[in-house]
Amino acid sequence: MGAQSAYKQNEVQELFYQAEQLSSSNVRDQIVEQLYKKSNELIKEGVSFTKTKHDQRTEKLDAIFTSPIWGFPIMLIMLGVIFYLTIAGANIPSSMLASFFGWIEGYLTLMFTTLHAPDWLHGVLVLGLYRGTSWVISVMLPPMAIFFPTFALLENYGYLPRVAFNMDRLFKTVGAHGKQSLTMAMGFGCNAAAVMSSRIIESPRERMLAILTNNFVPCNGRWGTLIVLASLFMAAGFTGGMKSLVTTSVIVGIVMFGIIITFLVSWVLSKTALKGVPTHYTLELPPYRKPKFVDTVIRSSLTKSLSVLKRAIKVAAPAGILTWVLANIQVGDTSILLHIVNFLDPLGQMIGLDGYILMAFLIGLPANEIVLPILLMGYLSTGALIDVEGIEDLKQIFLNNGWTWLTALNMMLFSLLHYPCGTTLVNIYKETKSIKWTFWSFMIPTGIAFLVTFLITQIVRFMGWV
Amino acid sequence: MTKSFRIALAGNPNTGKSTLFNLLTGLKQHTGNWAGKTVDLKAGTFTFKTNQYEMIDLPGTYSLFSNSKDEEIARDYIVFEKPDVTLVVLDATALERNMNLALQVMEITDRLIICINLIDEAEKMGIKINEKVLMKRLGVPVIKISARNKSGIPMLLDTIDRVVTGAIQCTPYQMTYDEETEKKIALLLPTVEKISGNKFPARWLSLRLLDGDTNLLQQIQQKITIMEG
Amino acid sequence: MMTESKKIKLFNGKKGDFIRLTHLDIDGVMRRRLLDLGFVPGAVVEVLRKSPLGDPIAFRVSQTSIALRKEESLRIEGELINP
Ligand SMILES: Nc1nc2c(ncn2[C@@H]2O[C@H](COP(=O)(O)OP(=O)(O)O)[C@@H](O)[C@H]2O)c(=O)[nH]1
Ligand SMILES: [Mg+2]
Repeated sequence: MGAQSAYKQNEVQELFYQAEQLSSSNVRDQIVEQLYKKSNELIKEGVSFTKTKHDQRTEKLDAIFTSPIWGFPIMLIMLGVIFYLTIAGANIPSSMLASFFGWIEGYLTLMFTTLHAPDWLHGVLVLGLYRGTSWVISVMLPPMAIFFPTFALLENYGYLPRVAFNMDRLFKTVGAHGKQSLTMAMGFGCNAAAVMSSRIIESPRERMLAILTNNFVPCNGRWGTLIVLASLFMAAGFTGGMKSLVTTSVIVGIVMFGIIITFLVSWVLSKTALKGVPTHYTLELPPYRKPKFVDTVIRSSLTKSLSVLKRAIKVAAPAGILTWVLANIQVGDTSILLHIVNFLDPLGQMIGLDGYILMAFLIGLPANEIVLPILLMGYLSTGALIDVEGIEDLKQIFLNNGWTWLTALNMMLFSLLHYPCGTTLVNIYKETKSIKWTFWSFMIPTGIAFLVTFLITQIVRFMGWV
Repeated sequence: MTKSFRIALAGNPNTGKSTLFNLLTGLKQHTGNWAGKTVDLKAGTFTFKTNQYEMIDLPGTYSLFSNSKDEEIARDYIVFEKPDVTLVVLDATALERNMNLALQVMEITDRLIICINLIDEAEKMGIKINEKVLMKRLGVPVIKISARNKSGIPMLLDTIDRVVTGAIQCTPYQMTYDEETEKKIALLLPTVEKISGNKFPARWLSLRLLDGDTNLLQQIQQKITIMEG
Repeated sequence: MMTESKKIKLFNGKKGDFIRLTHLDIDGVMRRRLLDLGFVPGAVVEVLRKSPLGDPIAFRVSQTSIALRKEESLRIEGELINP
């Protein structure tokens, strides 16, 4: 068999040589030209056009959506409207879910008392793990169930390519690919999926830029954190619709900040490690098409929200138990958890956070969704137990641990900017096949997260604003 | 007795492949009105009559020349995995460009069905398609459907059934190129045939070689060595 | 009305212009991608619109609209064939 394949190998080499001799640079041109000629011929025979007019609706809509005057304001308004719908619409279902979980919690507590379970166990399992997780669900599920369908409708309608069309010039200026706006849009749903979708960018350099910066778009796993902190600390003085509006503005501001950072990082990288001129760009602008409303809504809200949620819960339980173990194993006279917290605290304080918050981000590496519950468990495990009724009262826990608006702002920024979640890192490795770039995709955001929060903290403290 | 067949969905981006995939398999592949929504292979199953079908939603491509990773994934699937039927989904409102891809698929496989989707949109735009003429010219079944309005689906399923059971024999139209190219193909063809055997489309491989795509033949050679070894 | 016929780069086309392609001064993958999309010599391309910041520009080619950056559209040449 060896001899046979060696013989074949020779033959193949000869064939390649022959092909190379025969091949000329315009073969492809010839082939494609003749394919198109044939297509045309077929269409002349088999297709008739009774109207000469093209798709008028798409022309008219494009005149608005990509207009020099209205193009950009409309994009901003769209973003704002989606977030407003998400935040305002989620209010009532969120509090309904919260009271439903609270009702169950009553029974859980009853069970613990009947079993004479120790107080600390009840504290950590029920007040920490259960309450944390159920709270994440009540905070996260309704916004997702609104955001995903709304976004999917817009996506199926055909608006996204227009965003890419409008924004391309900006991406070109920073040396990136115009389709990066499409991968960024995917990032609002899930960064891990967005990293995969970067395959639509053909040139490796620009694709790497899209992958390395995707994390600066907050995925829905981080919205819970962002929305709650914004409404607790930034919109605290408002009620009702106004409160949602202020929260929305803060979130839109955060998202815009992330976009600015994306441009900055892309620009710096394309001047340094990923040097090169922008290449290959073709973008198709499909006609606007009315989406299948019910199908789209159901598919995106149910399947997507549920799968994201499942992931969150799957990670929340082990992370909760880890936190519990760390909080209950004593080394010397304090728990491991406190050792870690104390170790991280100086660093945390420097950037306007604290040791607990940094620890929560560390344990939250597998999934951003669990950062807040872990943080709450951490705070609660040190005996600062208070009785909370509903989401609003959670603010008290934060205040008891020395939070100010600056802490909330920094936590939001850190959440926006810090390293990608574990799943995203794995996908980055799969897509780039490079340990080096996976490492940098971790380091770059983390470095920026520390830098930004550090600067803000020092400035605010220096000016005496807190 | 139930038999099982594999159907691959090929086509330009945004022609409704995922919509059709969802309709037939009941699966929840996400759709979107932009080129690049599906970047990976997705599989789902359905049964029709007594047969079981596995359907594969390939990434949308403009051609099968493998200019990019997506195109390579789609092409490799059709060439190496040899689905029982390749369903080429075309956008009725942009047939010129779409047909060009269909012609390419016809060079690779003779088990294909052309499925002209978005027929509802085409009608609105005053585009009338005579599928009988196309069918005659192309030598393969041509079915008009609207995946969104679920029209033409029974006909499509029936055709799939008849193609896999051999009730319909496809004789896809084979592109002929200019004289010079044809001459060159003729020169390469004997050797290519010897290497690729009857398992791979030799004429098309020769054309790919002329176009400088040596990678493909090497892949095929490896496959064959593995099969023989 | 007279039929004009003059050489023009795609980039310099105005909204509503029809241009019959004659020549693509682009190589490699981009050339192949453009060919696949229907930018083949002989094809008639319509200039659809500029993006808000002036670049890219959208063209109608083989019944679809495709946006190209200046870098490419400056290297695609044709004849203006406005009616
Ligand atoms: N009007 C109409 N729209 C359709 C039809 N099939 C698909 N679409 C829409 O076309 C867009 C692209 O569909 P998708 O299945 O994601 O295309 P793919 O890229 O080929 O998978 C979506 O917005 C669909 O809702 C159809 O038959 N009629
Ligand atoms: Mg798809």
